[in-house]
Amino acid sequence: MYRYDEYDQGIVDARVDEFRDQVARRLSGQLTEDQFKPLRLMNGLYLQLHAYMLRVAVPYGTLDSRQMRMLGHIARTYDRGYGHFTTRQNIQYNWIKLSDAPEILAELATVEMHAIQTSGNCIRNISSDQFAGAAADEVTDPRPWAELIRQWSTFHPEFSYLPRKFKIAVIAADEDRAAMRLHDIGIQLVSQDGQVGARIFVGGGMGRTPMIAPEIRNYVPADDLMSYLEACLRVYNRYGRRDNIYKARIKILVHEIGADEYRRQVEEEFALVKQLGIDPPAAELERISAMFAPPPFDANASAEVDRGDPDFAVWLDQNTRAHKQPGYAIVTISLKPVGGIPGDASADQIDVMADLAQRYSADELRVTHAQNIVLPHVRIADLPKVWQALTEAGLAEANLDLISDIIACPGLDYCSLANARSIPVAQKIATRFASPERQRDLGELKLKISGCINACGHHHAGHIGILGVDRKGTENYQLLLGGSGAEDVSLGKITGPGFSEDGVVDAIERVTDRYLAVRTEGERFLDTYRRVGMEPFKEAIYG
Amino acid sequence: MVDADQTDIGGEPQLRFRDDQPHDEPAVTLDAFLVEQSNATAVRLEAGDDARALLPYLDRLALIEVSFPTYRDGRGYSAGRILREAGYKGELRAAGDVLVDQLPHMRRCGFDSFAPEAEIDAATLRRSLSRYDQVYQKAADAAVPVWKRRHG
Repeated sequence: MYRYDEYDQGIVDARVDEFRDQVARRLSGQLTEDQFKPLRLMNGLYLQLHAYMLRVAVPYGTLDSRQMRMLGHIARTYDRGYGHFTTRQNIQYNWIKLSDAPEILAELATVEMHAIQTSGNCIRNISSDQFAGAAADEVTDPRPWAELIRQWSTFHPEFSYLPRKFKIAVIAADEDRAAMRLHDIGIQLVSQDGQVGARIFVGGGMGRTPMIAPEIRNYVPADDLMSYLEACLRVYNRYGRRDNIYKARIKILVHEIGADEYRRQVEEEFALVKQLGIDPPAAELERISAMFAPPPFDANASAEVDRGDPDFAVWLDQNTRAHKQPGYAIVTISLKPVGGIPGDASADQIDVMADLAQRYSADELRVTHAQNIVLPHVRIADLPKVWQALTEAGLAEANLDLISDIIACPGLDYCSLANARSIPVAQKIATRFASPERQRDLGELKLKISGCINACGHHHAGHIGILGVDRKGTENYQLLLGGSGAEDVSLGKITGPGFSEDGVVDAIERVTDRYLAVRTEGERFLDTYRRVGMEPFKEAIYG
Repeated sequence: MVDADQTDIGGEPQLRFRDDQPHDEPAVTLDAFLVEQSNATAVRLEAGDDARALLPYLDRLALIEVSFPTYRDGRGYSAGRILREAGYKGELRAAGDVLVDQLPHMRRCGFDSFAPEAEIDAATLRRSLSRYDQVYQKAADAAVPVWKRRHG
């Protein structure tokens, strides 16, 4: 885990002071709402339909128990007793009073947390692989690199008023658990001649014009990375479109001028920027990396566990993954109970997860982009106790990567941009497919719901995606099939005319029935779709 | 931190962080400078102009004014840094929708003179400019990034 030194702490403390000053000026009328808006946005404070929403950064999704407890404390003290974990591995609170916001930031600063750049047209929270440091397939732990980028991007003087928001993901494995190529910049750490460097993809994203990022450089050495990113951003800041908010993301620039021309401009800029001495020395990455050293694993930890309780066995098979250390497992805690709000956790549940992390997972938790929580380092022998505690807290849903493990944006229940509700649709689908046996029979099936074309619910990347739109004043849902945010990245295609809220649930059932009828042995839904194409599903849906 | 001189020149509020006399020649547009009046010593760049077009002439320019049509338009931050990185030593003025909360970033990008459309409250500005004594990146100002403080 990264630990702040006096410099990091000083910067976050100064931010608290600055925001206190800005809120005071807004409350006294010295700032208009229009002038205040970009300032509060850069601190993650949105004005929603009913109240302010505060989004707190969880850099690369990593937390310790003390930080997790603070998130519970904020939910209990300043919100209505719960928080909502987001697809950018952050947490947001939907019922915040403006006058409380400075105090919340002050409390967060006491545990080395903040809300810096969780919104606004700037470089957002850096996301990463939720299994970092625990997965067997990684080249290195990507988080030290993400931390280096976090520091470089924090209050970057040149890139705080970009044409549009800017999202960066860093992974270090071939299996992509972070939707890396659907980011403005996706970085895959790779090894070349024994040296770890960065493979750079630029111009991916979802929103109304989804794009998969093309590769711009196959290898950038560690010593050049900040210069290279600075060049990527500078070309965008200068030439990204500012005339139309819907064409302002970097994906549009890269698409319009082409990846080759964008690469040429970046290389030209990089040649100049590299001379400026803006890259931290190797010692800085080493300093950060030392803080991400693996926890002291027990080399003799047993890989045996009693599978006697059938409910436990189901959860074990579904929600745990292999750890690189023998005798350990990676646990994913599902925040998707049937009928619940995807990604929501109560203050008490947050405390339970913090306690479990402290006791059983080397004091570490992760937030996943699929809105679940991970305990990355659990001894296999401790899994029954962890499961028992999760069961008592209502957190033992055994549905990781199944159809009810739904990503959903807040939708029209909270968001002022939404055209349709997302949460009730997610609840209805989960209820329709509530039978655990049926879900397991359907196998891996990533279902993602957005309540408007901004695509916060990642519907383009869902094996099954749902997009809520407004059609002549009523909510209407389009269905998409065949998307993926993983290493086999693809964008979903719309099946045809949209549906009512109940109609879309029926349509999904027709799709899954057809899948069961035509799949071959071992084929996931996505594999079947890719093999047979859209037609059989269209026929099933529209007859 | 140098305190800014706040004076009125030609009716426009001005903030300067330079010791030399304000340049009083009116700035010409980039097009006019490149095509007609290449002996001018003051140029105004619009947000979409390419600051690099001025690089051959930097040693004879005394003032470059960069327009910020709205505070949301951040192209001028890159223009400022590009000019300073190329060695420009003259006055670099941010003009337009220049607000107190954006001003520290502009200082870091090399701007040392400001012509805001609306007057900036002096006390708020002082607090704003002195608030952060550490920065994470090297930019166009003299601030030492924390990685340098950590490792020398």
